[in-house]
Amino acid sequence: MSEIVAPGEHTVGEGVVQDQEKLAELASRVLATAKRMGADSGETAVSRSQGFSVSVRMGEVETIEHNRDKSLVVTVYFGRKTGSASTSDFNAEAIEDSVRAACTIAKYTAVDDCAGLADADRMATEIRDLDIDHPWELTVEQAIDMARECEDAARSFDNRISNSEGATVFTHRGTEVYANTHGFAGGTSGTRHSVSCAVIGEQDNVMQRDYWYTSDRDFHELESAAAVGRSAASRTIRRLGARRVKTTQCPVIYEAPVAASLLSHFVSAVRGSAIYRKASFLLDRLGEPVFADDITVSEYPHLPKATGSANYDGEGVATQTRDIVQAGILNNYVLDSYSARKLGLETTGNAGGVRNLCIRPGKLGLEDMIREMGTGLLVTELIGAGVNNVTGDYSRGVAGFWIEGGQIQHPVEEVTIAGNLKDMFKRIVEVGADVDTRGNYRSGSILLDRLTVAGD
Amino acid sequence: MSQILELAQSKIWEPTGLSQPDLDKLFSKLGGRDVDYADIYFQYARQEAWSLEEGKVKSGSHSIDQGVGIRAVSGEKTGFAYSDELGLPALAQAAGAARAIAAQGQDKSVNLSPRAGREFPMLYSTTDPLTTMPDEDKVRLLERAEKDARQRDPRVSEVMASLVSVHDVVLVAGHDGRLVADIRPMVRLNISVIVVDGERREQGSAGGGGRYGLDYFSEDRIREYAHEAVRQALVNLEAADAPAGSMTVVLGPGWPGVLLHEAIGHGLEGDFNRKGTSAFSGRIGEKVATEQCTVVDDGTLPNRRGSLSVDDEGTQTRQTILIENGVLRGYMQDTHNARLMGAEPTGNGRRESYAHLPMPRMTNTYMLAGQYDPGEILSSVDKGIYAVNFSGGQVDITSGKFVFSASEAYMVEGGRVTRPVRGAMLIGNGPDVLTRVSMVGNDLELDTGVGTCGKDGQQVPVGVGQPTMRIDGLTVGGVEV
Repeated sequence: MSEIVAPGEHTVGEGVVQDQEKLAELASRVLATAKRMGADSGETAVSRSQGFSVSVRMGEVETIEHNRDKSLVVTVYFGRKTGSASTSDFNAEAIEDSVRAACTIAKYTAVDDCAGLADADRMATEIRDLDIDHPWELTVEQAIDMARECEDAARSFDNRISNSEGATVFTHRGTEVYANTHGFAGGTSGTRHSVSCAVIGEQDNVMQRDYWYTSDRDFHELESAAAVGRSAASRTIRRLGARRVKTTQCPVIYEAPVAASLLSHFVSAVRGSAIYRKASFLLDRLGEPVFADDITVSEYPHLPKATGSANYDGEGVATQTRDIVQAGILNNYVLDSYSARKLGLETTGNAGGVRNLCIRPGKLGLEDMIREMGTGLLVTELIGAGVNNVTGDYSRGVAGFWIEGGQIQHPVEEVTIAGNLKDMFKRIVEVGADVDTRGNYRSGSILLDRLTVAGD
Repeated sequence: MSQILELAQSKIWEPTGLSQPDLDKLFSKLGGRDVDYADIYFQYARQEAWSLEEGKVKSGSHSIDQGVGIRAVSGEKTGFAYSDELGLPALAQAAGAARAIAAQGQDKSVNLSPRAGREFPMLYSTTDPLTTMPDEDKVRLLERAEKDARQRDPRVSEVMASLVSVHDVVLVAGHDGRLVADIRPMVRLNISVIVVDGERREQGSAGGGGRYGLDYFSEDRIREYAHEAVRQALVNLEAADAPAGSMTVVLGPGWPGVLLHEAIGHGLEGDFNRKGTSAFSGRIGEKVATEQCTVVDDGTLPNRRGSLSVDDEGTQTRQTILIENGVLRGYMQDTHNARLMGAEPTGNGRRESYAHLPMPRMTNTYMLAGQYDPGEILSSVDKGIYAVNFSGGQVDITSGKFVFSASEAYMVEGGRVTRPVRGAMLIGNGPDVLTRVSMVGNDLELDTGVGTCGKDGQQVPVGVGQPTMRIDGLTVGGVEV
């Protein structure tokens, strides 16, 4: 089951599709075992994936890593009591042991009226082709050449590029089957490919590092290796000479790749588990304005080739295209069936999270936004997780650029930005047209009219 | 140690029929002319987690993960493959994939030998912690934590608690003949609460653990965690906006040592320094801190969360002096980077699991005690911040800029701790932050056993510690200008 193929003979994808049937068979065996052990209902997710990555550093191969993983997770319900277990061993005996472990745990957990499978009538029936499975017939040798080309482009970009953390080419394909005792069984295969590069620049004995990457489900859509290398290098070079700024309050632009983090903070606050635990700064705000009044935040789970695309969620519930925030108003939460029952609401098909969450882009590009801002801070990197989900207090370390007269003045480092997310969401005055589509959260650059910047 | 080796072999090898001669043969395939080093890492881990909310233990889970990771190193190149099957055919294929990194050469014979004549001190028990308490008692333990928290104050509105136990068996065979095993327990209890007072709502959390059995969580200890979580949340109910800008910062003892982990520790890991990508590269022997500062990494502390009898490459752990009286002394090394730098491995080669490559990682990183009474340090501050709890941190190794996020902090005015302020990020520059340490306390404490460090996507448990410390000038990322 777990053959490892030597490099050169290795292409990602071979043998995975037949796997969907095998995994489905395994899933139905797991559910039958659970029933035999007395469970009233149950659900299981079985997955396998394989791939490899190669890294080249300073022109030489640094690592070749072959990945091949599998896992099985089972959850059983005895009335309203539940237990779960997982294993990486697919032998009959190991699976039997895992189901038994889940059943044993269910003996000790408390009766929970909201526990159980999602309602049967919510199971997905329409299975669209989401175009997310594009196996890449890439050999290790080709991957090495590509990584080398990427790193070479970065290292030759500017003579201030003094060192490198290398370039990595990664390709991966996974298959997962989810099944439950309502009779629902779904299988999905998907691919993910990426090329990334990180290099170091030096000026006046001070080093700076930055990186760039391209990532897509279809390798045809990737940026060229050389373009990735050049972006990594130019992003590093522009940070040389960074300094602090004086403590102040000013407008702030989040460059698109970091702007998506604001969406993830929003989702953390409207997730069902945070709401029923009353651990959210957006508690009891349904139907009220939570963003500036021209902001729309939507979920598009059926976008072709997109990172988060899926026909059904982690409980088999049909996913749906919807506006979570419309004209600044919070329309709904992000719920799975458990948190929905806790709140007396309906599941929104979000077991496992949101899928392709987008903040509606405006018309301006980043340069126009910088001009519009006039004076302020352009943030290109965030470090540290300084967000309090209960109060909305926000404080993070940043690097970026100081802007005056609508022009970049100098790079900035070792400063923080701080505010409160409740207030920050309402201070969004512009969302850029420069949407970063690489991740599950999609945003253009975002301009906030004021935050506190702490420095000297 | 030989007893541990037998236990590990019977857990991992016996069910698959593997034996030492099989491995000898595998190594002769792995080790060709150009292979400098190769190792095979076997692992069997099982984990159990229980969690409580709304007064009930609603869910529990059990997981088993086992497999083998095979690595071949040639110069700076590493080939790596892993398998979750332990049979000889799967191993041979993984070895072939890893081996392809180096030019083909003559097979080289290898005879594995248990590390004879050298007993490793056992820093923790070999008992599987999952078996150290009946399941019903695990449930009761969490219910007790809930009750303790609620009894502490009527403003407690939500209590969440979780209990995790891990039994980790590892066996490392090296191309140099080493055959070393370790059996590692880990337990962790965490309690978090939400308190409500009128319109205000705040959270607090506390917990701890280490390489113990579940009996570590005595009634007293559970109550201590529960009360601590509530206390923190209540303090934050009263907190006003934190100031913004550069100011004097006093850090409390224990967990605030996350400063050392971020500002100093990562930058002194061997891989970054071999590659010259750390802000500390090439600075051994230089003064990077005031004379009061001595910082060590120590994997040998019994039962600590960050401790290991041997690291994941089979090297015995030790205490490594990183900074001695302000002078940069040493790096933390795994075998790969130590060999390339002509240094000794320091027992810092760690990996998240068999499916990950080892790299230099910290164990327990802390600053030794100084001479000042903590009260004396606080009373020396005219205006500044006193930060006693943190939620974590991050560092940019290359520029040296680091952050760590305060979750409980106070204003210090005229030498007195006056009022609590909301959480804020602190930001500084690793290579110079310790040059501004003007007072080091005599109250060294280690954290309660809660730290997990992430590097290149790999998570490993770590410890930190420090005495109370005064830093003259660190940027506080509040909102009040």
